Amino acid sequence: MKDMMIRGADIVVRSLIAEQAEIIFGYPGGAIMPVYDALYDYHDQVKHVLTRHEQGAIHAAQGYARVSGKVGVCIATSGPGATNLITGLADAQIDSTPLVCITGQVAAHLLGTDAFQETDVVGISMPATKWNVQVRRVEDIAPAIAKGFFIARSGRPGPVLIDITKNAQTDFGEFNYVPCLGFRSYKTYVSVEATKIQEAAELINKAERPYLLFGQGVVLGKAETELKFFLDKSGIPAASTLLGSGALPQEHPNYVGKLGMHGNYGPNLLTNQCDVLIAVGMRFDDRVTGDLKRYAKQAKVIHLELDPAEVNKNVKAAVAVMGDCRESLSMLTEAIEAKKHDSWMAKFRELEQQEKAAVVQHDITPSKVGLTMGEVIHQINQYKADDAVLVTDVGQHQMIAWRYFHYKKPRTQVTSGGLGTMGFALPAALGAQLHDYSRQVICVVGDGGIQMTIQELGTIMQTKAPVKIVLLNNNYLGMVRQWQQMFFDKRYSFTELDNPEFIKIAEAYNIKSQKVSDRVDLKEAIEDMFIHDGPFFLEVVVEKEDNVFPMIATGCSVEEVRLS
Amino acid sequence: MKRYTIFVITENFIGILNRITIIFTRRGINIDALTASESRISGIHRITIEVTANEDTVIQLVNQIEKIIDVIKAFYHEDEGVVYQEIALYKIPVSRLDAGLEKIIRQHNAKIIAAEPEFVVLELTGHKEQTQELLEILKGYGLSEFARSGRVAVAKRMLTIESFIK
Repeated sequence: MKDMMIRGADIVVRSLIAEQAEIIFGYPGGAIMPVYDALYDYHDQVKHVLTRHEQGAIHAAQGYARVSGKVGVCIATSGPGATNLITGLADAQIDSTPLVCITGQVAAHLLGTDAFQETDVVGISMPATKWNVQVRRVEDIAPAIAKGFFIARSGRPGPVLIDITKNAQTDFGEFNYVPCLGFRSYKTYVSVEATKIQEAAELINKAERPYLLFGQGVVLGKAETELKFFLDKSGIPAASTLLGSGALPQEHPNYVGKLGMHGNYGPNLLTNQCDVLIAVGMRFDDRVTGDLKRYAKQAKVIHLELDPAEVNKNVKAAVAVMGDCRESLSMLTEAIEAKKHDSWMAKFRELEQQEKAAVVQHDITPSKVGLTMGEVIHQINQYKADDAVLVTDVGQHQMIAWRYFHYKKPRTQVTSGGLGTMGFALPAALGAQLHDYSRQVICVVGDGGIQMTIQELGTIMQTKAPVKIVLLNNNYLGMVRQWQQMFFDKRYSFTELDNPEFIKIAEAYNIKSQKVSDRVDLKEAIEDMFIHDGPFFLEVVVEKEDNVFPMIATGCSVEEVRLS
Repeated sequence: MKRYTIFVITENFIGILNRITIIFTRRGINIDALTASESRISGIHRITIEVTANEDTVIQLVNQIEKIIDVIKAFYHEDEGVVYQEIALYKIPVSRLDAGLEKIIRQHNAKIIAAEPEFVVLELTGHKEQTQELLEILKGYGLSEFARSGRVAVAKRMLTIESFIK
């Protein structure tokens, strides 16, 4: 009998393998050392990537999860190792990213004694996880991991944290992995009600100016094709949220642009002119709605949503269609009449032209000497592959890259949407790249954000992940500076940066690099970057004080979207 | 703003109360009273939370509570939708026991549940208004300690825990 017993640490690793984890991002330390010892034995079955910081590990796991649709896995030790995961957990929680994070914990008999590197990580991470648990006995390890994976990937996905005490890792137990298929307190499936589909279809059939908004729920629900079919038949104009981008190819004739504070002009403005608003897998975030009291008040709202807590949270729905949008969209497509909305669509196109003249022209073909972020993205579009992944950080570059990048395929958009985590991009791009070395991964990052996790260049060096890093450097915390300019009388309080020579840092990590300051050099540099076999670091010095437009200022209505 | 009773049917796992209360904390909502105990089904707990808020807020709270993985079901009622009781204990010095106090005890249907050489403990079950009324009176009788429970309640609606866990 004793022969069949294995260490808890081996159970951890074998459970991860049983869940088909291909890659683990992590960082060792005292309380997780038995698991690291076990990883040594299974390195041919599961890959481990040593990041340079636990925050890097969890963001890498997020990047991996976002592009693959699988559960991202990361491991950290107790105390500071565990607390360094918190930002990533909060990020994954608000952006519905499936993760299983395993942390080491001091031995059970030391819990509550303020032992070395003891912290109450279950308490700390409670509001930032979909579920968490502390495991103190070896026999509870495999069931907890099975439950964790099930919770992370089912329903509305999210992060799970499993805290395992050191004694549970070193004790011996039997290993008999039983995958979790559900349990009584957690309902993952809601069948779509046919009556709701009928109610929604009636509203849509009668609508003169219907308008559809889609979010990441379409991607998470793998409903991209169903969305396309619905739009093809209904003729309804459709706009995407930040995380919804990629769910519908931008070339689709019904695609009208992007929503929100720095989205497109028409899609924001016309929200307040539609008569029926169909929201699919999106949660009416304040960055999308602006002032809720003046948001789409004239419209009847149809909300296709999986999470009951999201319905009627910010915007009241006339018809709430609960359930998987893949199912509800195809049922709705059956139930509606085929239509065209040419004159309504023309309004979007007309406003698109206005935006082109007022904003896009300046951004992409600037008359100024200084380079703009927009023209860099525009150039990237000329060389990138159709399924290239764009990973962005947070700030002006994020909004500009989102505005101008050509999204053609699903799961090509990786960014920190809800939490707005600076420092996200570099490790997330690493994780996205490690999922598939052959896929182009372009990391667009600002000079502020890159310095929050710049140490992960070391992990890129070690893994040889061929990430194309494009640093848009304006020597400012640009988005904050823009707000200071617009709303704080140009009082540039602590937003200007004296920056290091970034390409020397990249060189120190043996990453091929180039710096571009003149427009004449841009095209070739980007071409070189894509041709280069391996990671590449391209710094582009851009206009110091450029602003992102259109913009809906805080507290304003979507119809107050400004072009300058 | 109105008084609502939120019922939570939940697995009895460590930290469940914490998971529920942080939902109130995050939204800056005060819990008026809270009671927790095992339900008639072993392993399943019921938590009764009394809160004063507007209905929209209560709906959001209930949705968020029900989203907790280990919570089986959460729902809410106005006072009219529940049968509820609270229990109050009053500690009075023996020296203040007289015919007047005896009359008060009878009138309020309170009972003496403990008599010690120095004090007696009175018990009254009822709604907050009733226990509060007696409290005000007993303040004149040298009341030295007072404790009142949160509400225990059952919903008037006929629903069983079994219907939530099938």
